[in-house]
Amino acid sequence: MDDTRRRAVFSVGGLDCAACATAIERTVGGLPGVGTVVTDPVSRRVAVDYEVAHVSEQELRRAIEATGYRVEPNGPERPEQLIDREEESRSREYRRLMRKFWVSAVISVPVVLLSYPWLVPGLKGLPWLQRSSPTLLWLWRGLALVTLPILFWAAGDFYKSLWGAAKARSANMYTLIGVGIAAAWLYSTAAVIAPGMFPRRELAEAYYDVTAVVTALVLLGLALEIKAKGKTSEALKKLAELQARTARVVRNGSEIDVPVEEVRVGDVVLVRPGEKVPVDGRLVDGASAVDESMVTGESIPVEKVAGDEVMGATLNVTGSFKFSATRVGKDTALANIIRMVQDAQGSKPPIQRIVDRVSGYFAPAVLILGVASFVTWYNLGPSPGLAYATVAFVTVLIIACPCALGLATPTSLTVGIGKAAQHGVLIRSGDALQTARRLNAVVLDKTGTITVGKPSITDLVPAALPDVDLLRIAAGVERGSEHPLAEAIVRGARDRGLQPPEPNQFQAIPGQGVEATLEGRAVLLGNAKLMHERHIDVAQLEPTAEGLADAGKTPMYVAVDGRAAGLVACADTVKEDSRRAIARLKEIGLEVIMITGDNRRTAEAIARQVGIDRVLAEVLPQGKAHEVRRLQLEGRTVAMVGDGINDAPALAQADVGVAIGTGTDVAIEASDVTLISGSLRGLVTAIEVSRATVRNVYENLAGAFVYNAAGLPVAAGLLYPFFGVLLSPLIAAAAMAFSSLTVVTNANRLRRFRPSEV
Amino acid sequence: MIDNVLVTLAGLGAIAGIVWFFWGPRDRGYRVPLASSGYQETMVLVKGGYSPSTLVVRAGKPVRLNFRREESSPCSEMVVFADLGKSANLPEGQIVPVEFLPKEAGTFEFTCQMGMLRGRLIVESGNH
Repeated sequence: MDDTRRRAVFSVGGLDCAACATAIERTVGGLPGVGTVVTDPVSRRVAVDYEVAHVSEQELRRAIEATGYRVEPNGPERPEQLIDREEESRSREYRRLMRKFWVSAVISVPVVLLSYPWLVPGLKGLPWLQRSSPTLLWLWRGLALVTLPILFWAAGDFYKSLWGAAKARSANMYTLIGVGIAAAWLYSTAAVIAPGMFPRRELAEAYYDVTAVVTALVLLGLALEIKAKGKTSEALKKLAELQARTARVVRNGSEIDVPVEEVRVGDVVLVRPGEKVPVDGRLVDGASAVDESMVTGESIPVEKVAGDEVMGATLNVTGSFKFSATRVGKDTALANIIRMVQDAQGSKPPIQRIVDRVSGYFAPAVLILGVASFVTWYNLGPSPGLAYATVAFVTVLIIACPCALGLATPTSLTVGIGKAAQHGVLIRSGDALQTARRLNAVVLDKTGTITVGKPSITDLVPAALPDVDLLRIAAGVERGSEHPLAEAIVRGARDRGLQPPEPNQFQAIPGQGVEATLEGRAVLLGNAKLMHERHIDVAQLEPTAEGLADAGKTPMYVAVDGRAAGLVACADTVKEDSRRAIARLKEIGLEVIMITGDNRRTAEAIARQVGIDRVLAEVLPQGKAHEVRRLQLEGRTVAMVGDGINDAPALAQADVGVAIGTGTDVAIEASDVTLISGSLRGLVTAIEVSRATVRNVYENLAGAFVYNAAGLPVAAGLLYPFFGVLLSPLIAAAAMAFSSLTVVTNANRLRRFRPSEV
Repeated sequence: MIDNVLVTLAGLGAIAGIVWFFWGPRDRGYRVPLASSGYQETMVLVKGGYSPSTLVVRAGKPVRLNFRREESSPCSEMVVFADLGKSANLPEGQIVPVEFLPKEAGTFEFTCQMGMLRGRLIVESGNH
């Protein structure tokens, strides 16, 4: 949607009938700048398209309220509410199916007993229940009536779906089941009403048990499948449940508890120790450690001070603080994560698209196979041909399970992607998942990915002063500077509890350093060039400085009153778990390559620290995508991990682009996988989840394929000429009902996935 | 013997019928009208199948399909436009809009999550 047009969705209380809907449509639709108005009495929602220039959301709200209805705050837009509703409709559907199942099951008992009384102990001796006895014929006529509720009520859904599909000229599982059980009922009824029509008496047998039992089993299978499918989205539900219910907002000077839906951007929210942060915001007062593990997967609480961002759904551990809300409702980081996960769960990896193409032909092909079996049995089968032909026809239709093929991928994907999200890894699509499994090379951006991305003090080399004084003076001089290294030094001094003095006559010397007067002393801080120009003897320190530079650090000389006082070295530090994560990546068979714009010396120093052998240094920002392409031409499947805007083209070029979640939105947008915590451990998790999920998908597909490929010929009677075996439709129904259940159950095994400890 | 011939002929006829019904030539599809909102917009009913099941739209203009699922069968609880990377959950009885901008001409399928229900989206080039 462009900037001038918007869509607003209102949740309207009391909107139950078509008449109220029309009233709202007319009133709101009459406002200037309003396009379409869609009312939905079922969800009690009104969606309005409007032009921002002519009308505001506020005016729309007032117009709806003017018709006598109440607009409820925020609307049922938040994902956790949607999930709740789905949950509710799932459990309703489960109860409905189970009710139908029980009725069908109870009816099935006498139907089965009376269909084959000569096989049932206790009944088989009775003379009036012998084959072709008139009493049995009358009993069977009774069964025709008893099974009617099954055919029309319990199996009613099958026919509704069959009809809907037929109108679209397509077929589905219900087409097969529906035709199968109807054929069995019609054949039986013809046989018991007009046995004379059949040339031989033994043809006139009834198969009401097929109608009853198949319906019951299919209903049971569907019900259990719903139950199992509900579990597949458990991970997402857990994410959604993280949301806090209430927030303590400071309004007009007093603190009040409000439902989280009513928090507005700009509200100041108070959070005490042990409470959840209700929405996203920026800390304005106080300090605390916040446990963000539920969102980022990072187990160590993060220290927050004024100015830091806090995320909704995270847990405040130690102190109290106030923050100003920046994102609420469906805009929070958590809501975005949930939405991204839902989208990914609905996406299809390439393998499933092939399966889909096949399954489009599947149901009609099974109908054809059924007809062909019928004709073959009728012509070539033993007597009574018509009875055998009908049984084969019905069995073929019933055993075929297109659903198992269709279910294979989506269920595994739902579990796998949900599981990844629980560990702070957002996999954006099924494509990414399938590709991540094949990865054999990973390119890591240095700054911000392997390293923290912010320099800090690594070494203090005192010459004429104790190191505490050296640091205090260096920090004092740098207080005036805005250089990132200066910030590192000032921060380093404060972290060590030092109070840097106020500098006087501060002056920056571009490309060399800074000078200032500090507590009456003339202080210089900068590189060797600065020292040489001011004729300061640093010969003693020079070898150390060289060594530090070799290790990838930036050494700075400090001189006080014309004499060398020491060295302060800064460097971007490696994230604490990078080394272990990289070792693990190598273990699982990936070549790890570092890419950076930095000079080769610094790059190689970092590479040595984390155990990377191949370094692409001094790469210009626009050259990163090119380097990724080069690796692909070498035949590798490449993942690129980066965080900056300049990484975006390389992320897009890579087979799998991985963004560090703490990085820029541009990088996240261009990526296939986002590591929310920013730790490389997430990459290991992403690859492990992908491997486990894709393996699970293959298991499911193979299972579903083998099941159908083996079941269909047996049902058609292929084994009969050799072994005299013909499958009973009842066994076919049981196999069919439980094949899709097996697929869902196998997918649920993924719920036990744990990322390896790194 | 005559019955064998009849059954065989009827069987062949039925197979021919099935082939024609499911894979035979189809209607040209439903042309999605351009609404005052600037969207090519229509309702799509989800009940056993998608109706209309073949939608014709023009490239370059935004499309909004308002899906409404009127059945409780869990098969259809999600609609997936695999080629466009779009999907939506369809709670029963609710209108769920799916919006996208078709850029290239071509025929794209939309299906339920399991590929049992199928619809086609035909995108015509927007020049004419």
